[in-house]
Amino acid sequence: MRVLAAMSGGVDSAVAAARAVEAGHEVVGVHLALSRMPGTVRAGARGCCTIEDSMDAMRAAKSLGIDYYVWDFSERFKLDVVDDFVAEYAAGRTPNPCLRCNERIKFAALLEKALALGFDAVCTGHYAKVVTDSAGNKQLHRAAAWAKDQSYVLGVLTAEQLEHAMFPLGDTPSKDLVRAEAERRGLSVAHKPDSYDICFISDGDTQGWLADHIPAAPGKIIDRSGEVLGHHDGTHNFTVGQRKGMAIGHPAPDGKPRYVLEVRPVSREVVVGPKAALAVSELAGSRFSWCGQPPVFEGGEPMDITVQVRAHGEQVPARLTQVERKLGGPELIVRVNEPLDGVAPGQSAVIYQGTRVLGQATIERTVSADLTSADLTSADLTSADLTSSDTASAAAASVSTVSTAAISADTATAAAAIPAEMATASL
Amino acid sequence: MAIYLDNAATTRMRPEALAAFVAQAQAAGNPSSTHSAGQDARFAVESGRVEVALSLGADPAEVIFTGGGTESINIAIKGLYWAAVARDRTRNVIVAPEGEHHATLESLEWLEQAQGAEVVWVPVDRDARVSPEAVAAILAERAGEVAVVTLMLANNEVGTVQPVAEVAAIAREAGVPVHVDAVSAYGQLPIDFRRLGVSALSVSAHKIGGPVGVGALVVHRSVSISPLVHGGGQERRIHSGTVNTAGIAAFAAAAAAMHAELEAEAGRLRTLRDELIAGISAVVPQAIVTGDRGVDPSAPGRLPGNVHVVLPGCEGDSIVFLLDREGFLASNGSACTAGVAQPSHVLRAMGFSEQDSRSGLRITLGHDTSASDIHRLIDVLPGVYAAALDAGMAAREPQTF
Repeated sequence: MRVLAAMSGGVDSAVAAARAVEAGHEVVGVHLALSRMPGTVRAGARGCCTIEDSMDAMRAAKSLGIDYYVWDFSERFKLDVVDDFVAEYAAGRTPNPCLRCNERIKFAALLEKALALGFDAVCTGHYAKVVTDSAGNKQLHRAAAWAKDQSYVLGVLTAEQLEHAMFPLGDTPSKDLVRAEAERRGLSVAHKPDSYDICFISDGDTQGWLADHIPAAPGKIIDRSGEVLGHHDGTHNFTVGQRKGMAIGHPAPDGKPRYVLEVRPVSREVVVGPKAALAVSELAGSRFSWCGQPPVFEGGEPMDITVQVRAHGEQVPARLTQVERKLGGPELIVRVNEPLDGVAPGQSAVIYQGTRVLGQATIERTVSADLTSADLTSADLTSADLTSSDTASAAAASVSTVSTAAISADTATAAAAIPAEMATASL
Repeated sequence: MAIYLDNAATTRMRPEALAAFVAQAQAAGNPSSTHSAGQDARFAVESGRVEVALSLGADPAEVIFTGGGTESINIAIKGLYWAAVARDRTRNVIVAPEGEHHATLESLEWLEQAQGAEVVWVPVDRDARVSPEAVAAILAERAGEVAVVTLMLANNEVGTVQPVAEVAAIAREAGVPVHVDAVSAYGQLPIDFRRLGVSALSVSAHKIGGPVGVGALVVHRSVSISPLVHGGGQERRIHSGTVNTAGIAAFAAAAAAMHAELEAEAGRLRTLRDELIAGISAVVPQAIVTGDRGVDPSAPGRLPGNVHVVLPGCEGDSIVFLLDREGFLASNGSACTAGVAQPSHVLRAMGFSEQDSRSGLRITLGHDTSASDIHRLIDVLPGVYAAALDAGMAAREPQTF
């Protein structure tokens, strides 16, 4: 095969390219220029796409004896990843830019260009496995290196994208082995530090970066009853589940810490409350995709799955249903078997069966599992009054009383949210 | 072996330059030393100065050896600016056409941001050419305020030759020094420093088959320039630092070889250039030939070795990639450090859209380019164009799978 190896300048993509060469493929290395104004050197372990990184990638490619090019995707990256990241935060949601980059850049813009230029596949250093089933269809699975598994950020890939994806590190049980192999192969990046955080926020200060990109919009910090507890400079500084950064002078009556429960960018309110109120029993989204062949819902029965809502989060057992609605197309509903904390609209819920990634949905709304949420006001909850008894009664068995109010996206700005009249799903 | 068609980026070193470099690099002796080895080195440098001066129509004493084209340009622009401001603090305006090389653009932006300069940019036409009348109008309007005029002898991307002598005559009338960046014209056009009538002129050795890392700044004997780098006072106090004897010997050898064959070689390249432009237009009719076509004898013309086209709908890096796979080494214009193709500021200045400014293909011929190279390139271009068009404008058109 003619394989395009995406080379970031890190150890993983270098070893992945080396393995593709060794497997007998005709490999060309390509470094993606994602920043219009690349820095010259990396700052500590953070950031990527500097000239230093592109030179590391070039040295690795040349030492593997393959050709190397730099392709500019900075405009697409800005539109599809950076601008999306800003818009999502501005809308009170919590995006994952790495997932977006895989969806729109590495396995869309880059892959399309690669196919047009005569390549058969794009190879990356992601820790994930592509497996061919007995019918010849491709499946995405968790990596053997469980601690490094990156299947979460690849959960957005479709069957066609998966068809052209190559992840040579998927079977390697640990990153230490990858580093050792890099050293054995004489790759200069063998001991290069891992990159963390968001590549386009080079100093790691996401809040400071957002403050430069989203105008300040002061508002109130309130509790669930609507009582004003304090003030803030902008809802984009808050994410559901966050505990720090709230300038509230006085402690909660019970003396326990308060957490962000909901972000409402239109009314500029941040709702806070006890940790228990973070727990959700159900999450749903209509923007979903299947990672390979779509699953078959036998007789409309819920399917046993596990779900993961953060890149490095735990997976939890859950039940999955696909709901046809009168308007707005089908929706995926995930009911977790045990309450799940810190689920924010905008995050991706990646759905697994065993090690296999079935697909993912962008979370649009959640249903609280909090038993003490009776004092919730529903004034702002236009979208997800999931009062439909069929949905509520089917909620996790361990939660005896399912709240009728949902912690939801602020529907006025969240483009994908559903009008109130559509919330009563037709199952 | 791949066919090298990026001679505007750099040229293969000429055998006589390589031989001169090796011979001189084996000798000890700092040209500033007074013993016999030092004198031998000095003799090599001064002989080299004569050769380079001859190739530029300047007096040997006017040739300052530098570390290359960018350094020459920096010394000239900043040095002329500082000298002018030192004489008269109100002379802080610099006049330059759009579409200049980054060595000029960045120097001017720095002078503006850090040194109190004001840059007046002169628009260029669809061929990237500046009009002498436009420069005259600015010099009249800003009479007494202009410190220096700087412009290229020929554009490094699209090859359009500028009316430098006319601009220089106008500036001389106004008492304003002119610097000309002749880096891309050197080895392609006859250069006569006296006839151009400019105050300073920059060239680089590696564009004519010499080594990288050595260049020259010609400074008229009547002109004073404030140095950037201070030290031992070498090279008329304008370029302090131990003189690069081996580099200068190789530069001189390349200059002598280039100068001897320039007229015949320019004619040969012009023929190849016109054949290539006609061939591209025939096999890829969508291609837009940029810059002066080089057919109007009354216009200053186009560099003999430069072919530049816009291939609408094709990403520049796709074209370079595909040509490379076919064994042709070409470029999009000028490359930046990270090797990233950016929209060309020259094409933008010429009035091309931002999208078309990402679709440039520059093919620059040199002393080792043959007619069969051109024919083979014309043969592969339709396939390359079709594939690049298929790959599309990745940077501009979000698509979904």
